Amino acid sequence: MNKSRREFIKLSAIGAGGLVLANPLLNAMIGQVNAAEPMDASKIKRFPTYCEVCFWKCAGWVYTDEKGEIWKIEGNEDDPHSNGRFCPRGTGGLGMYNDPDRLKTPLMRVEENGMQTFKEVSWDKAFRFIAEKMNKIKEESGPESLALFKHGSGGAHFGKLFKAFGSKNITAPSYAQCRGPREVGFNTTFGSNINSPEPVDLENTKCLVLIGNHIGENMHNSHVQEMSKAIDRGATIITVDPRLSTAASKSKYWLPIKPATDIALLLAWMNVIVSEELYDKKYIEQYAYGLEDLQAHIVDKTPEWAEKITTISADVIRQTAREMAFHAPATLIHPGRHVTWYGDDTQRLRAMAMLNALLGSWGRKGGFYFPEKAKVPSYPHPGYPPVNWTWKDHLDGTYALAGSSIANVFVDMSHPDNESDYKIKGWFVVGTNLISTIPDTQRTLEAIQNLDLLVVVDTMPMEITGYADVILPECTYLERYDDMRVSPNRFPNVAVRVPAVKPKYLSKPSDWIVRKLAKKLKLSKHFNYESYGEVIDWQLKQMGSSLAEMREKGVLKMERKTPMFIEEDDYHEFGTSTGMIELYSLDLEMEGFDPIPNYTPHPEPPQGFYRLNYGRAPMHTFGRTANNPNLNELMSENCLWVNPFVAADNNLENGQEVWLKNQDGVVSDFPIKVRVTERIGKDNVYMVHGFGRANKKLKRSFGKGISDTQLVTNVMVDPVMGGTGMRGNFVSFVTDKPESEVIS
Amino acid sequence: MRYAMVIDTKKCVGCSDCVVACQNENRVPIGYCRDWVIEHAKGTFPNVSIELRSERCNHCENSPCVRCCPTGASHYEDGGLVKVTRQECIGCGACVQSCPYDARYSHPDGFVDKCTFCHHRLQEGKLPSCVSVCPTECMYFGDLDDKESKVYQLLQNRNWKVLAPEVGTKPHVYYLI
Repeated sequence: MNKSRREFIKLSAIGAGGLVLANPLLNAMIGQVNAAEPMDASKIKRFPTYCEVCFWKCAGWVYTDEKGEIWKIEGNEDDPHSNGRFCPRGTGGLGMYNDPDRLKTPLMRVEENGMQTFKEVSWDKAFRFIAEKMNKIKEESGPESLALFKHGSGGAHFGKLFKAFGSKNITAPSYAQCRGPREVGFNTTFGSNINSPEPVDLENTKCLVLIGNHIGENMHNSHVQEMSKAIDRGATIITVDPRLSTAASKSKYWLPIKPATDIALLLAWMNVIVSEELYDKKYIEQYAYGLEDLQAHIVDKTPEWAEKITTISADVIRQTAREMAFHAPATLIHPGRHVTWYGDDTQRLRAMAMLNALLGSWGRKGGFYFPEKAKVPSYPHPGYPPVNWTWKDHLDGTYALAGSSIANVFVDMSHPDNESDYKIKGWFVVGTNLISTIPDTQRTLEAIQNLDLLVVVDTMPMEITGYADVILPECTYLERYDDMRVSPNRFPNVAVRVPAVKPKYLSKPSDWIVRKLAKKLKLSKHFNYESYGEVIDWQLKQMGSSLAEMREKGVLKMERKTPMFIEEDDYHEFGTSTGMIELYSLDLEMEGFDPIPNYTPHPEPPQGFYRLNYGRAPMHTFGRTANNPNLNELMSENCLWVNPFVAADNNLENGQEVWLKNQDGVVSDFPIKVRVTERIGKDNVYMVHGFGRANKKLKRSFGKGISDTQLVTNVMVDPVMGGTGMRGNFVSFVTDKPESEVIS
Repeated sequence: MRYAMVIDTKKCVGCSDCVVACQNENRVPIGYCRDWVIEHAKGTFPNVSIELRSERCNHCENSPCVRCCPTGASHYEDGGLVKVTRQECIGCGACVQSCPYDARYSHPDGFVDKCTFCHHRLQEGKLPSCVSVCPTECMYFGDLDDKESKVYQLLQNRNWKVLAPEVGTKPHVYYLI
């Protein structure tokens, strides 16, 4: 493998004869059933599924029409994630199935006439190539040198393959690039992780506090539903966000904070609640460790102190703190989800957890409930071989509090500058577009160039597929079985997914891909079934149900065994080392970090630059849906939110296209349209994440808008758990087309 | 019976689920829609507010589209629904021009199409698909002649508006504000 081998391939695949590639008719056919034709209701069928357009995994029904084609997808009324109502992405999930740009056949990187391109190959040839490379890596460096990056249901099957092969180097960017800091922040306080879906009792909350959390733009279905009910009930919403988010527009208090100063606000809120003795005395006395230390720590963190830092007036800080206390314990400081912002994120999330603790909301109605999860037996398989090392050996005690593997550390272990004994030589990337999920793309690309094998499994061409040696086309969730959805919730439940239609083109379910590859690797004993339906049926039968029953029900609900909240006369044991709520964290102290959070000033944008903020739109799941024909139609590109004063200062007009240049001189590949709006302040600009797709095979979304990830070159790593803080990047406007070559 | 839709702008998050659900349910071709979502911002930072609302055919009591239709394809039905009989529609587009809400489009198959309040679902005792999918449950549907109905109650107890009341169309889609 030579170093320049892995160019981003710019051409379409070369046909190998007989395989469907781009059928122009398909474009014309999407969704265009003759509308005048009446539907024969007796031929309509429905199949249970849970959604894979995002991680919320709502359970629902896929309806097929008289031709056996997917007609519509609706929520399952028994499902606590959707309550019978899918969000726009789930409703538009059929666009994933219908998208003519889907990956259709296995592709292998070949060199023809001095140029690298992808060639269509048979599944068998792809498997033979991959198995040979995997075995070579195993012989030369050990099986541990193969790493799996995964997201979503398909990834779970590959996880089993990796363990059977002898590697536990398995990771997902959803931890260190997203929710990791909140897990550590809450775990060091309450001894419990937050997990997904977050066990927040929005249904009963009287006061909801959102810190940069834009529910409604993040379409976390049941939370959006419950927030709406909270609005109906007249609950107080307090939103801290430099931008008037949708949630902020529905709030009693919107605190347009100066970005990167949240910890100062949180400390001042605690100062008011402690100094005015508004905290839950009985709860704190019974359960909390370190109140005196906290008191001493925050005595000078007054609202007046915080006003100078946050720009939020001391009066508003006091007023909102008192309102939170008034509604306590039914006051909920929502932990949020994507919280890797400034590198001190674990400490910010700690401060949020501590504020919840003072208000007594953990384990209380209207605060946080204790979720329960169904117990699903594992399908019998032989034991996995022992491994000689994992990513933890490479870290040698660094980020000891991280509860999951750290995707960016896997990049480090694969990079040519890795001097440790623990080197990664090959990647499987399943259902995650690492180019736009892990910041500092340049470093990721350097690591990719250093690999002996890169296999990408996805339903769509993505940026990462352009760098693959082999691309394996996974069919969409609508065309396959998968593991049951087992998620912690108010009551234990499982949801099934069965195929509603046959896989299109030559795409295959991940469980099939894994079984066939396992055969080539002589690991078939670990995958002793012919269809994944068998596995689910076996598991359901152990639980007293069956796949046949679940085809009719979709969701199986079970009784709770433990109380949902802390009961009055009960003594609750917390999972921390003291068994108490740690206002003073012994774990953090032991690892050499602040046991109580401190506010540290962060760099501010230089003259002529603006902080780059990014977020979600309700009709998209990052880049995953940018090309979805149904959802692309609702929002086909992102735009750049700019305050009118900033626009005037820079001679920008509404709708004008600009390129962005960041503090390190990186210029965006594509232009973005300016949206002049009063909804944002003067020190930052905002865009929705997931656009600016650079793979030309994405015909609908290529070059539309900007990828914020491309401009995130200043990565502030969280010293506690290795998360990648991404909100310390500053951009300026470039109005003339820059002379740079687009990578594809 | 007077069918009405009541939409609570205080709860709508502008997610556009109503648009996708309608497209699927009614097989509206990609590139067209029977409903859509509007954002209207007022004020200056930081004293700024927004209104989000899902819009569609207002099933007006005094419909310019019905009046101007040369073939009678656009017509009223029970409950005040305004519908288009596809077989009678010649696709002239007069109704598209006459609608003050821009609620109609010319379907590629040669007729004019728009929201029917999901008449086929109402006949099965179901709600319109936009109402039944909405994650925020900000949309309500019912009979204004029924004083027990949620839509009647909401209009009694909340502030509301209709769109372009000045054109005198008497819309049947109401917005809670």
